[in-house]
Amino acid sequence: MAKTLYDKIWDAHVVADNGDGSALIYIDRHLVHEVTSPQAFDGLRMNGRKPWRLNANLAVADHNVPTTPDRVNGIKDPISRAQVDALDANCAEYGITEFRMNDHRQGIVHVVGPEQGATLPGMTVVCGDSHTSTHGAFGALAFGIGTSEVEHTLATQTLVLKKAKTMLIRVNGHVGPGVTAKDITLAIIGRIGTAGGTGYVVEYAGEAIQDLSMEGRMTLCNMAIEGGARAGLVAVDDKTIAYAKGRPYSPKPEQWDAAVANWKQLHSDPDAKFDAVVELDAKDIEPQVTWGTSPEMVGPVSARVPDPAQEADPVKRNGMEKALAYMGLDANTPIEQINIDKVFIGSCTNSRIEDLRAAAAVVKGRKKAANVKLAMVVPGSGLVKSQAESEGLDKVFLEAGFEWREPGCSMCLAMNADRLEPGERCASTSNRNFESRQGQGGRTHLVSPAMAAAAGIAGHFVDVRAL
Amino acid sequence: MKAFTQVTSHVTPLDRPNVDTDAIIPKQYLKSIRRTGFGPFLFDDWRYLDPGTLEVDPATRRPNPEFVLNDARHAGAQVLIARDNFGCGSSREHAVWALDDYGFRAVIAPSFADIFFSNCFKNGVLPVTLQAEEVQAIFEIVNADAAAQIVIDLPAQEVRLPDGRVFKFQINPHHKHNMVNGLDEIGLTLQQGDAIKAYEAKRRAEAPWLFN
Ligand code: SF4
Repeated sequence: MAKTLYDKIWDAHVVADNGDGSALIYIDRHLVHEVTSPQAFDGLRMNGRKPWRLNANLAVADHNVPTTPDRVNGIKDPISRAQVDALDANCAEYGITEFRMNDHRQGIVHVVGPEQGATLPGMTVVCGDSHTSTHGAFGALAFGIGTSEVEHTLATQTLVLKKAKTMLIRVNGHVGPGVTAKDITLAIIGRIGTAGGTGYVVEYAGEAIQDLSMEGRMTLCNMAIEGGARAGLVAVDDKTIAYAKGRPYSPKPEQWDAAVANWKQLHSDPDAKFDAVVELDAKDIEPQVTWGTSPEMVGPVSARVPDPAQEADPVKRNGMEKALAYMGLDANTPIEQINIDKVFIGSCTNSRIEDLRAAAAVVKGRKKAANVKLAMVVPGSGLVKSQAESEGLDKVFLEAGFEWREPGCSMCLAMNADRLEPGERCASTSNRNFESRQGQGGRTHLVSPAMAAAAGIAGHFVDVRAL
Repeated sequence: MKAFTQVTSHVTPLDRPNVDTDAIIPKQYLKSIRRTGFGPFLFDDWRYLDPGTLEVDPATRRPNPEFVLNDARHAGAQVLIARDNFGCGSSREHAVWALDDYGFRAVIAPSFADIFFSNCFKNGVLPVTLQAEEVQAIFEIVNADAAAQIVIDLPAQEVRLPDGRVFKFQINPHHKHNMVNGLDEIGLTLQQGDAIKAYEAKRRAEAPWLFN
């Protein structure tokens, strides 16, 4: 029978079938960070259990770490420090590999995994973080889990899972210049809604997806969860295989040919059936900007803030009214007339080298607008940071008046000192524009790195293609 | 895990779709390394007029009188009802811990986000998916009479309303079994340890690079 990519990965990981649509599924890779793991390690200790397979785990502190250079002296905030210390202590106690804060390999867990080759095609990858969907870019089944499942994975190297439905999202044709993976993924969420993918694993296909680099595919899959899908997938091709070569956790030279032969099977069979199919035309996708407090509240930069009065569904209308009140926006305001206070370029969505190059290309030779109080660039990992510095990107940003920081989650969720003040408006390359996500009362507009950079230069949103 | 069989309670109505886990428990509380004590911070941004952190005693913060959790008529309710896509966003299990710590044993909504939904079952909090019209009917009853009590019966898979209506709900049999019996899932899985070892041996031969 013809199989989808999801079916193939699922079938290869069934330890025991429960016969009721659920199965015990083997987990190849478990990524661990400081926020969702301490209670899981406590659970292990309380029950006298040990990790099942140590080398399946890779840990890194990312959410709480400061991004200022003085972090070489440790974390000042005592509560953040306690959480990072707890991760260090737990990893040391159990013998789990961890990249500590000042290790040059440290960074956001979803940037670090692929960079180390710890994420490989065909794997099952989990992490106590919803944006684990990022790793689906490699044709890996990757999804976020809660802390109880972190404990379950540590203790058993498996999870009890219900098989999901499958959705194919095909983006036909090619996007125009200045339109990026971020715009594609936002346009998809605009189409299907934040609950559109609930219960599904999404596979992205079509020319526009094949065109994307591995970085772009990670951006795309990163936001699968914002469309409700626990996991996103892209079939393996030559780009995937080239990326997976020669990294610390990649197959060893003597394993390489067998691995590649296996990976070449990792695509949906041509006549495989999906439970749902959504199609978009790439040429219709413009640079996107969110205007509300949910990623589905999004539109092209050329549009206006929508008018709730035009919405027929009362639940939706009410949601839009609440969102506009929170965002401090009037209906029908042109998006390009929205002024911003801060710019954040970073997060597991857009902090890889390609993202920084795209932002730097816009910023080069220009200056940050006077009304923009802070524009910060936070590389996704220490390795991304040094790559960018070797290309001189740090200088480009600094000359334009942008700040260049140490790697971490930073203002994506503002668990460290980087945050919006109440009422401040931010052009952000992160993935969530929820109320207070970037700081209590802060207002987030999600955009691509090039669009965030352009907004930082103009002081308001602009179509980066017109700069 | 706490077992769940039946709950009879009045209901707190939270009339919003897309209630995300950042709203259920804001990030500043995720710095706690414990599983308990999150109840006072449930829906923190909506619930208090003053900003809070782990270090600020919630009793010193002014409650927002507009927010439904601060409506005395709903005090002590063990059931929360909301609109579509409840629990979307971050995977933080702290969201369920906060609901549980506050005293909610069940959440009713027309749909739930996947990760939140599975986190509920690990903590004895029952997510009940009903049709949008059924959810609307419960909202109407609660809005008319805040003291109205409903019954959530897990073994029978039904929600019973004071006016005699009965709404059936679906649940995965595996989830139901573990929840009704309050079972420890990790302990159950470890009983299959030999199957896991056998899988690993076979897989290591086929795809050794996965074990590097
Ligand atoms: S960068 Fe943001 S979304 Fe990504 S893991 Fe960190 S906090 Fe989560």
